[in-house]
Amino acid sequence: MRYGLLTLVLIGASLLGGCTEGVLDPKGPIALAERQILINATGIMLAIVIPVVIATLGVGFWFRASNERARYRPDFVYSGRLEMLVWSIPLMTVLLTGTVAWIGAYDLDPPKLIASSTKPIKVQAISLDWKWLFIYPELGVASVNHLTIPVGTPVSFELTSSGVMNSFFVPQLAGQIYAMSGMVTRLNLQADYAGTYRGLSANFSGEGFADMHFNVDAMPPERFAQWVDSTRSVGPVLDLKTYADLARPSVAVTPFTYHSVAPGLFDSIRMASMQSDDALCRRYPTSMRAEK
Amino acid sequence: MTLLGKLDWSAVPFDQPIIMGTVGVMVVAIVSILSWVTLKGYVPYLWREWITSVDHKRIGVMYIVLALVMLLRGFADGIMMRTQQAVAAGGAQGYLPPEHFDQIFSAHGTIMIFFVAMPLVIGLMNFAIPLQLGARDVAFPTMNSISFWLTASGVLLTNVSLAVGEFAKTGWFAYPPLSELQFSPGVGVDYYLWSLQISGIGTLLSGVNFVTTILKMRAPGMSYLRMPVFCWTALASNLLIVAAFPVLTALFAMLLLDRYLGFHFFTVDAGGNAMMYVNLFWVWGHPEVYILVLPAFGIFSEVTATFSGKSLFGYRSMVLATMAICVLSYTVWLHHFFTMGASASVNAFFGITSMIIGVPTGVKVFNWLFTMYGGRVRFNVPVLWTIGFMVSFVFGGLTGVLLALPAVDWQVHNSVFLVAHFHHVIIPGVLFGCMAGYNYWFPKAFGFRLDERWGKAAFWCWFIGFHLAFMPLYVTGLMGMPRRLQHYDVLSWQPWLLVAESGAVVILLGIIFQIVQLVVSIRDREELRDTTGDPWNGRTLEWATASPPPDWNFAVLPRVDELDAFWARKQRMLAEQELPVRQHAYQPIEVPKNSPVGVVTAFFAVVAGFALIWHIWWMAGFGVLGAAVTLLAFMFRTKDEVEIPADQVGLFDRVHPVEVSL
Repeated sequence: MRYGLLTLVLIGASLLGGCTEGVLDPKGPIALAERQILINATGIMLAIVIPVVIATLGVGFWFRASNERARYRPDFVYSGRLEMLVWSIPLMTVLLTGTVAWIGAYDLDPPKLIASSTKPIKVQAISLDWKWLFIYPELGVASVNHLTIPVGTPVSFELTSSGVMNSFFVPQLAGQIYAMSGMVTRLNLQADYAGTYRGLSANFSGEGFADMHFNVDAMPPERFAQWVDSTRSVGPVLDLKTYADLARPSVAVTPFTYHSVAPGLFDSIRMASMQSDDALCRRYPTSMRAEK
Repeated sequence: MTLLGKLDWSAVPFDQPIIMGTVGVMVVAIVSILSWVTLKGYVPYLWREWITSVDHKRIGVMYIVLALVMLLRGFADGIMMRTQQAVAAGGAQGYLPPEHFDQIFSAHGTIMIFFVAMPLVIGLMNFAIPLQLGARDVAFPTMNSISFWLTASGVLLTNVSLAVGEFAKTGWFAYPPLSELQFSPGVGVDYYLWSLQISGIGTLLSGVNFVTTILKMRAPGMSYLRMPVFCWTALASNLLIVAAFPVLTALFAMLLLDRYLGFHFFTVDAGGNAMMYVNLFWVWGHPEVYILVLPAFGIFSEVTATFSGKSLFGYRSMVLATMAICVLSYTVWLHHFFTMGASASVNAFFGITSMIIGVPTGVKVFNWLFTMYGGRVRFNVPVLWTIGFMVSFVFGGLTGVLLALPAVDWQVHNSVFLVAHFHHVIIPGVLFGCMAGYNYWFPKAFGFRLDERWGKAAFWCWFIGFHLAFMPLYVTGLMGMPRRLQHYDVLSWQPWLLVAESGAVVILLGIIFQIVQLVVSIRDREELRDTTGDPWNGRTLEWATASPPPDWNFAVLPRVDELDAFWARKQRMLAEQELPVRQHAYQPIEVPKNSPVGVVTAFFAVVAGFALIWHIWWMAGFGVLGAAVTLLAFMFRTKDEVEIPADQVGLFDRVHPVEVSL
């Protein structure tokens, strides 16, 4: 009971107090739907779990050996009807939550495009040691450790990794997806409100992992257009050579932008990682990792 | 190539005060224990009665001692992590640099799963199964000793990594590409791999041993549906070991080939696919969860029935639920990586199978509840652990179902919410179960009960400390905190992590109370002595022999005509329908002869493992050859049993009478 109370208090506190960040404070349609599933499923299960806990404590207490009023029934060891009940309660719960799982898995499938009248913008995200590179292939700009997106516009991600596996995650906008070398995963999200949201790598990737987070700036479309224009006017060029510089392991890199991006760079990074003879693949010596 | 491979003085981290301090304490502790043992002249006794023993009870006890010692190490790692995360907020870096912190969380996970939970569970099975089956030992007693010592070899190698070299910095599942040579060129991953390869062989042999024992060595008349439920859960668990551990061994072999011989199973380049590793790891990893928790469920079943003074409610239902879990556990592995980008159908399928496995688990909870209903529940220490388990575990199950929903999993996977969840099932599930079993079977193993007051204090500290330590992690997990963070800049997480830290301190108190409980119980052993062999008014066969049981367990093998035969016989005896003790004609008994083959093989395994880790090829050859020669020599033994004369058996029975026997 104390336990149930504690959980309720904690969940309540996080719902109220922690409302300024995280999974429980969604700022886009995907994260909102995911939170709804979280709440629905929790509700369904609490309806079973709380009575079970109360019954456990109640039965244990009432049938304590010192209680003379409790009836001792050593032969109460089987009841077909109770067995029926015992199997059907969890089965029916699973029927409910299973349906929720099925619908959720399809509706919110990360590669599924978000239905919208606004044309989605494409972003190619690459996890490096230990920073994130975001390429806007249609806009010809790129940025490191900072993601800028327009509000109310679906954002369609393609993700890969330069080496080790990471997980791209912006809790307030959508669930996470792995970024894996030699492979492309897809994720769609959208911010409905302007603001700055925390993004991070959720999957441990080595020494600089703790600093592998970034801010997502969701801004009105006109300001986003301004951002693109100003980005195009300053900063270095991103091509295979500057990419190789960027790919060297580094920690807590201050965000910066590239004013233009060599076409097809994302695909060549993905392909390069699969070929051992390519210069990009052995782009940094293992000894850099070995430093103790 | 040098004589010592990659090994030189730079392998010892002299510049790390925390590590060197820990190593110093460990060395002092080991040296003082060894010299005390030697000075007191206990060495021959230990060699004869314990180290070379092939008695399943002794081996079981040694497994549990090993696990409890490693629990201290694993807990030390855990509280260091909690302390680091409690202080390393904002700009602060805490007291553990990333390379040390990363080793600690990897070692914590590896140790807790492989060297605490596994030996605890295997130790309890070792001790209890042959007794519950009414058998004289396991099917292959010497192999049992080899299993134990190979597990101890893995433990030793893991601990050596603290002083010589480093441990893996990859997390306890060592996902490639991070664990490949390109990204982890040090010896840490090699320590991880070879420790687990060696102990994994031990575990597999244990699995074979127990499956054979349960299938072939049951007492006369004990049909499958007359087996105690703990034996059923142990059977399921060991079938899982036999099926799952070879996957792990093959998987690690492939990673070793990648690292040692330049293969490309899981590398980034040349066609390697790291995701195959992730799949295969969890093909082992999810059954592993049930390998651990099913025997614990069995213990809870025994404890609930015994202390309620009733038979287990819905025995057949429990057996069915156990075997259902055993099979279903192979159909859920993908829920460990819904975030890999599999198609919606795949995610939905594995989400639903993961929930289905909750059904038999739910059935078990209800059946324990109905077992207590109409009983006379005595609140001894094992019952506290059991009820503590029941009320916690259902919430752990709840968060488990949440994680089985792909759409929710994407939001909380890899977060401390996940960390909270699996501690929420493994601590109340496995650890509380083993603690219940430890308190329950201790009088059988040593002839005296454990102190109740300290036992209860320990339970409450663990129970409260556990919730304090892990409930806050659910909250910070929902706030978006990933696991394995060496430092963080979100200040709103810190209050929660401070609460978690306080929980770890309360658990520490629980551990101290458990040590006190053991010391006090040994001191007061005369008052706590169990002279009847049946201190809890038990139901299964282990209570039908003396405490501690003789080498041969039962003077005459019990004859089993029904479920809970011992209990039923006590009931008839109370109703004065039967005499308490049947008169026996004693016969000589053959018991397996002690053998040093286990410890010698393990010695060579440690040599080979250490040599392979450091690329000392001549020494590796020596180790492998030594182990092979030892086993070959054992195969050519001429005598492997000792005969206990009939009058010695009879004498033991007269000196240690039991009130009721079968």
